[in-house]
Parts: sequence; structure tokens; C-alpha cells
Amino acid sequence: MSADVAAAPAARLIANPTTESRAARLLLIGLGLGFLALFLVIPLFAVFAEAFRNGAAAYFEAFGDPDTQAAIRLTLLVAAIAVPLNVVFGLAASWAIAKFDFRGKSFLLTLIDLPFSVSPVVAGLCFIVLFGANGYFGPWLDHHGVQVIFAVPGLVIATVFVTFPFVARELIPLMQEQGTSEEEAALSLGANGWRTFWSVTLPNVRWALLYGVLLSNARAMGEFGAVSVVSGHLRGLTNTLPLQVEILYNDYNFVAAFAAATLLAGLGLVTLVVKSLLEWRYGDEISSKHRK
Amino acid sequence: MSRTTFRTPSALPGFGLTFGFTWLWLTLIILLPLGGVILWAGSLGLERLAQIASDPRTLSALRVSFGLSLLAAVLNAVFGLILAWILTRYDFPGRRLVDAAVDLPFALPTAVAGIALAAIYAPNGWIGQWLPFKVAYTPLGIFVALVFIGLPFVVRTLQPVLTDLDRELEEASATLGADRPVTLLRVVLPTLFPALLTGFALAFARAVGEYGSVIFIAGNVPYVSEIAPLIIIMKLEEFDYGAATAVATIMLLISFALLLLINLLEAWTRRRLGHVR
Amino acid sequence: MNRRSASRLFAALALAAPIAFGALPAAAQSTLTNVSYDPTRELYKDFNALFVKHWKAETGEDIKIQVSHGGSGKQARSVIDGLNADVVTLALASDIDAIAKATNKLPADWQKRLPNNSSPYTSTIVFLVRKGNPKGIKDWGDLVKPGVEVITPNPKTSGGARWNYLAAWAYGLKQNGDDPEKAKAFVAELFKHVPVLDSGARGSTTTFAQRGLGDVLLAWENEAYLSFAEFGDDKFEIVFPSVSILAEPPVAIVDANVEKNGTRKAAEAYLNLLYSPEGQSLAAKHFYRPVKPETVSNKADVERFQKLDLVTIDDTFGGWAKAQKEHFGDGGVFDEIFKPK
Repeated sequence: MSADVAAAPAARLIANPTTESRAARLLLIGLGLGFLALFLVIPLFAVFAEAFRNGAAAYFEAFGDPDTQAAIRLTLLVAAIAVPLNVVFGLAASWAIAKFDFRGKSFLLTLIDLPFSVSPVVAGLCFIVLFGANGYFGPWLDHHGVQVIFAVPGLVIATVFVTFPFVARELIPLMQEQGTSEEEAALSLGANGWRTFWSVTLPNVRWALLYGVLLSNARAMGEFGAVSVVSGHLRGLTNTLPLQVEILYNDYNFVAAFAAATLLAGLGLVTLVVKSLLEWRYGDEISSKHRK
Repeated sequence: MSRTTFRTPSALPGFGLTFGFTWLWLTLIILLPLGGVILWAGSLGLERLAQIASDPRTLSALRVSFGLSLLAAVLNAVFGLILAWILTRYDFPGRRLVDAAVDLPFALPTAVAGIALAAIYAPNGWIGQWLPFKVAYTPLGIFVALVFIGLPFVVRTLQPVLTDLDRELEEASATLGADRPVTLLRVVLPTLFPALLTGFALAFARAVGEYGSVIFIAGNVPYVSEIAPLIIIMKLEEFDYGAATAVATIMLLISFALLLLINLLEAWTRRRLGHVR
Repeated sequence: MNRRSASRLFAALALAAPIAFGALPAAAQSTLTNVSYDPTRELYKDFNALFVKHWKAETGEDIKIQVSHGGSGKQARSVIDGLNADVVTLALASDIDAIAKATNKLPADWQKRLPNNSSPYTSTIVFLVRKGNPKGIKDWGDLVKPGVEVITPNPKTSGGARWNYLAAWAYGLKQNGDDPEKAKAFVAELFKHVPVLDSGARGSTTTFAQRGLGDVLLAWENEAYLSFAEFGDDKFEIVFPSVSILAEPPVAIVDANVEKNGTRKAAEAYLNLLYSPEGQSLAAKHFYRPVKPETVSNKADVERFQKLDLVTIDDTFGGWAKAQKEHFGDGGVFDEIFKPK
């Protein structure tokens, strides 16, 4: 599995037969980087440029808006509920799927992946159909005075739906790769199941788990489509940060909109930096190299 | 591998608990809500369903969504291959930074991406003003957004395979007299192909459902630049839940078929690369 | 194998949740929720502050106003699906009709409960063009000239866009001796000149003003005036067409919700304040045409409105219920004009 470590210096010594000419290499690098610049770097740069258009003072002023502050708090709250739920599910699912062999495993995997390719709009629609005033459970909920959609529970459920596969998807390939021998050894030495899980399995997958948490956290905080359908857009109450960005933008408050967007972009960047650090430091312990 | 029982015996405990919990949670969060949508659509009756499914505007939106997603996935496959290749094989300044940046579309909220893309590709934007044709507010704008959000998938699917790729094969090919392009085409590409296909399918599946980044840049003109998720939103806002759930069901079925395909491809990839489990 | 870091990771996760919970805003005092449409943001920002002061003076109680803005159809949909709105202040009557019909949360004749069809302010549809009017646009007929691009939101999702569409239709009728077929042909031709259909009025204004798309924006009169304040006086001009439509954005109490929330008194006071001299003055200040212009304190705010030839929805289109079904319903005229031939 450490082929890359061994191959890199070797490749440099016998570079000629197994690599391209210098010109071809430069061309490919140019093409790849140009593509990234066009589709990635410039949009990201645009977000920051717009946010700082009127200087740093205007930028920081944007965060004084109580509605924006409420949106930040709400986003943190939703992620703080949704992400741990994903962690528990991810650990359970990966234990069942990676450590055991059973029928219909790939069907189960497909179902876990499903939210990934379901349109966020359809995800939102699901919860309108279930919990909306005219939905299947709506009248019952209304009768009992429970508000699901257009309130925090709806936002949380929609977010859990959208971020559902991330932790499990990071853990499963790694745990499959690691096999069951260490756990079997622990069990034969007299540890019980929980003890084995906490002391053997969990430490083995901790970085992949952290990475999965980071990914699902970034996605949870950034989700727009599904949340937009179930939010109701009450200012300071049910607007998450991405929705607040849209609202500020439609208020013609472009600087504040992009300032709020930089928070989310910043979160994305931090996620990526931490991820790179993890990979660099614990490269062979993390599953991303074996992802998908 | 022949399995006669439901589960192969194992010394590890906790299968019942975790397996049960997985299914319970899956049912509550995913299957029940999706089932609700399908049930709602099903209650419309076949005739009404057929009528909605054959509505030319809906069909045109589905065509736009699937067609442009396909094109975007193709472009992502080409450039994703190049990026994965230069990231694993070459050394250049800032390589680690570029590697990290690839995941950005994944972390950036889609609405922010849409607004930013619309701003720079508009006729008066940073890039738009230099182009002789319109990008934002045309199908091309949708294409740009879909390329943006699909970008990480091909790269991330290819990278591990490229890292594990045995260089001896390339050396052997070279010693046998093949020049570099022939080696790449006949030896490297076939090995990468399954992973490339998987990445392509992932990018495609993700693009089809995309909403947040597209509506800001799309133009949303019926029959021209209207995407399928927008049709759902529009039906919803017309209080026509039946039609909304029907279109959603069509999209769900296609998504599910795609995912099944992806997982089959993955299994195929693993078999070809000899990862026998 | 570092076991401690794994447990530390979990401790951090466990800690994160309560911290975020603790950051929840404290439960508010009595609240009133106003679900409104897109271009009323600035108006209701001022008006809510006025009402909070007014309510405190009247009752000695503190009250908080929650607002939500968005495309009128989308907002109505949210209320139908259970958004707990005490009052709705939407772009057109048919969206509130839809709420009444789908939920029975307010009576079908809600529009008779307040003066002037429950519309404390009115507006109309005007053209916003670029400075100097380079395409020489003077009236509706100029919009279908070759090379002219028109920006309007999508009538399916935006209330303002439905007024735009109906105003164009009214012109089509007037030009062609009330022949609906010719009016339809005119509107169909007009929409061929539309390159972007945003979902709400705000989206369209941004597309036109910020992105530089199109030659003319069909806009609420108040949005057009507001764009001067937001984007500068030197960028755009307003063109008043020969005929337009009297747009009446209505307001209503959602009875079932105010009963549940115990907010009927506040909701009634809120809507009544819109009709008071202070409310009317604020409406005029934000470029809405007040229904009682004589009560507005700053006369200049009223005098700037031009006298226009305005048709009404009732006279020309037989009321909203009919117009909605005929033009914007599933398979209605709007759907037809987009059908590829």
C-alpha cells in the first residue's frame, strides 16, 4: 500500500521510459491548472474580492447584523446535531458492512449512497410531503402542536438526509481493508465487544472518522437546496447561513452577502487544509486514498 | 464465493445491533421520506402520471438536466484525468495546494458558488466580458456550474488507482519497444478506465440533481435553460404537489439506476485490479 | 496506536453539541410573523420598527416582528405547508386566495375585511431602462422590436411578474380593439425577447442592474425607484408606458394561526397601522402609492408619482380567480405561449 512512497524516488532515477517528455508534462500541468483556475480559483477569488470591495471595515461590519449572527448560530446548531448523528450511524453501518459478510451488501451500500445522488430539492420535497400541513403526518403533528418544517427540526432532518453517506463512506473502505484479525485477537484475549470497538477499531479508523466528520460538517453547513425548501426563511429564526447569503444578496447588500459567504468558503478551506495535514501526516491510516 | 446462509459466520459480536440500527436509521431518514414522495406520486393514478411525464416542458427540462450533466461529466472526465495524473505523477510548485483545492466545490455552499459563477461569467463579469458569446444565463452557464460541482469526483476516484498503479507494467511496455503515447493509450488507460467510469458516473449523478448553483446562472427560460429540479420547485409553488412528486419520482428512479450502476462498476474495478475480498 | 487521541476526538464532539445549544437565542417575548413578498423588504424594515414603538405606546408590551421575504407564490406555499404566519402581505390576491382555499385558515372573502380590497398601498408596472435610453423605449410596442432584450421574473413563481404579464396583456388588448388572440400574440412575442426568467423580482433587478443583462426591466414602480437609491441615480431611467395595471398587493390576517398564537389583537393593530397616516407616509416614502395620499405627511413623497392610465384586474381580467386560472394555471396561456411550435 506504500507503493507511492517507494515509487516516487525510483521514478526519478529511471524517469525516461515511464514518463512523458518535458514539453508534454508542462502542457498537461498547464492544462490542468488552467482548468482549475477557470472553474475554481477565480470564483473563489471573486467571493473574497466582493466581500472586501469596500474595505475591511465594511467586511467586519457585516457580521454585526443580528440576523446574520442568528444565522451563524443556527448553522452551528444544525451541524452540531446532524454531524454527531451521522457519526453514530457511520460507525454502526461500517461495523456491520465492513466486518461481516452478508447477502445484499451492495444493495445496502447503494441505499446508503442514495442521498448523494438525490437532488437536494427532492430531499426537501420529501419532508414537505411527510411533515407539511397537507402531508402524511402534518395534521397529526399540527394537532399535537409540533412544528417540524419551518423550524429547527426540519432543518436538522433535511441536513442529516443530505450528509447521510459521508462518514459511513469514509469508514467502510478503510475498515474493509483493515479486516477483522485485530478485533479477533482482542476478543480471544478476553476483551468484550465494546472494549474491542473502543480500544482496537476506533483508534484504527480515527483519522478517517475525523475526515468524514469534517466533510459532513462542511456539507451540513453549506447545504442550500434542501434547507431552502423547508426553511420558511424567517429572518433571525430559520435562516441558515447559506440562506442568509441569498437574502442579503437580494437585499442588494452585496458586501454583507459575500462576507457571509467568505465564512462558508473559509470553513471549506479550513476543512481542506486539515484534511491535507491529516493525509500528509497519517497518509496510510486514512481512507481517502482508497475512497470509492 | 457461494453463500448459502444470509451471513457468513464470524467471531465478532455486534452484527445484529449495528445491522439493525443501520437499517432502522436508513429507513427513518432516507427510505420513509423517499417512499412518501413515491407514494404520493403513485396515488395520482397512471393516467395523470403519464400525462405529467410526457409534458413537453418537463421532458425538455429533464433533457437539459441530463444532457448538460452528461457533457459536464465528460469534460470533468478529461480534465479530471489530467489533474489526477499531474497530481500523482509530477512534481511542481504548489502541488499540495492544488491537490487540496480540488475538494473545494464539495465544501463551498452551492448558492455561493452559483452567485460567484454568475458574477464572473456575466457579460460584464471578469471572464464574461472577454468572451465573444454569452455564458451566464444560457445553457452554457448551467454547464459551467455543473462542471464546477462535479470536478472533485473524477480526480478523487482516479488518484488512489493511479497511486497503486504498478510502474513495472509501463517499464515492460517501454522495453518491449512501445513509445510513451502508445504505453499510455494501451497500458495505462485501460487500467484506469473502470475508475474513470466510476468518477464519471459520480460526477454525472451529482450534476443531475444540482439546484443551488445552477439557478443563479441558468436563465431559467422554459424549453431552453430550465433544469428538472426547477420544475419540481415550480410545481411545488403552484401548490401542485402531485406533479412535483411525480417529477421527483422520475428523477429518483434515474438516480437509483445510476447508483446501482456505479456500485456495479466499483465491484468490477476491484475485480479487475485483483482486490479479491 | 494512539488511543487517547481517539477518545479526545470523541470528547470534543460531545462538547461541541451543548456549546452550540447554549448559543441558542433566548425565547422571545410575544412575536408576530409577517410573511411577505420580495420587494417589500425596505418598507417592512421601517414599518416594523414603527409598529414596535406604536405597540409599546398603546399596550406597554414589547413585541418582536419576524419577517420572511421571497417570491409571492413561494411564500404562499410555505404558509399552506404550515409556516406559522400571523399576517400575510403578498403581491397579489390570488396567492392569499390559494392559502384560504387550501387550508381554510382564513375565510374565502378575506379581501372584503379591510378597506380598498385589503390593499393599504398600490403600485404599478413601469420600465427601467439604461441611462439615456439607448434603445429609445417609450412604450410596450418598443419592447418587441428586434434586438431589444426584456428582463422580467417568472410569472409562475413571482407575483410582480404576473402583474408584468397582465400589464402587457392589457396593452395588447388596447392596441388591438380588445382582441384576446392578438393580445396573446403580443405577449408571446414579448416573452421571446426575455433571455432570463428569475424566480423573483429581486433576482431580476440584480440581473439587470448588477449583471448588465437586457435593455429594459419590467419592474414594480417601487423597485424601479429603489434601484436609484441602491445603484446610483446616474445609471437608469424610468419610462412610464401609455398603459399599465393597478397592482394591489393585499394584506390579511391568517385567522387560524393568530387564534393558535394568541396574536389576533397585535395582528389587527399591525394591519390597521398600515392604513394610518404614519403607515401611509412610510409606504409613500418607499415608493408605494398610498391609498390615502391626503394623509401622507411629506407631500413631496406623493407628488413624485406620475398620473398613469391604469387598468384594473377586476375590469379587464374579471378578477384574480379567473385571471390566475386562465393565464397562469397548469396548461394556461402562459404555458401555451412557451410551447415550441
